[in-house]
Amino acid sequence: MNGDSVRTIVRGLGQALMTVGVVLLLFVFYTLYVTNLFAAQDQNQLADDLSTRWSVPATAPPPPGPSTPPVTAEPAPAEAPAPVVTELGAAFARLYLPSLGRGKDDPMVAVQGVSTADLQKGPGHLPDTAAPGDIGNTVFSGHRTTYGAPFADLDKLADGQVVVVETRTDFFTYTVTGSQIVAPTAIQVAYPVPGELGATPTQRLLTLTTCNPKYSAKQRLIIRGELTDTYPKASGGLPAALTQV
Amino acid sequence: MYTWFWRTLPGPTSMKAVLSLLTFLVVAALLLFVVFPAIEPLLPFNEVTVDETG
Repeated sequence: MNGDSVRTIVRGLGQALMTVGVVLLLFVFYTLYVTNLFAAQDQNQLADDLSTRWSVPATAPPPPGPSTPPVTAEPAPAEAPAPVVTELGAAFARLYLPSLGRGKDDPMVAVQGVSTADLQKGPGHLPDTAAPGDIGNTVFSGHRTTYGAPFADLDKLADGQVVVVETRTDFFTYTVTGSQIVAPTAIQVAYPVPGELGATPTQRLLTLTTCNPKYSAKQRLIIRGELTDTYPKASGGLPAALTQV
Repeated sequence: MYTWFWRTLPGPTSMKAVLSLLTFLVVAALLLFVVFPAIEPLLPFNEVTVDETG
């Protein structure tokens, strides 16, 4: 092998490695910035969808009875609320985190469902968990980074601060009662009574989940809240939790 | 690879430079808006829910 061919091979290898480096940098740029653009577009679309959806009367509620098995696969309690009728991937509710700068003028729109595609649009409601305001555990998951990073600063939610969930009919104000860092497999945090499989829920709880630490998927950050106020939209205006900030 | 590419481009150096830049931008846009969105869901960086599979 003469010097020229060695030089050509080394040069080719060097250029290939530089190319890989540039592509990887572009990918970082994509995940940190471009995905936010996509999510912002989706959020605008969802906000429109939700306004349209809520401007028309609700469809007839589904027939009563234990029509959907709860996530625990235990028999549904007799007083089980009617299942949420929002189809997967559709705009579901507005989430307000006033203490994190997402107050009354800047809510995020949550979707029904937590598939990869759902969560790229915004926070998602775990479909088999309680509807907002209902007895049981209402679970929302959202991205900590990328895709608009709706739950980026969830770790800054302190006990006593509020999360407001707006549905078609009500503003539900949940007060944060604690946080937890768990393994990604810790599905017990989403049980109707967290940690107790099959227990009959009596409280109206909220659970927010996201990845932890930031920029990693090693663990999950769990925020817990408890319903402290229900404000029917029929009474007009906004709940105190949204006007005080 | 880039040596060959540079030699293939027509025109004087300034034109080659402009064409190189344009090519880079097109490739970058293709990656950012087509390729990455397609492969990104397959990567394990963005798990935020709790489930059996982790």
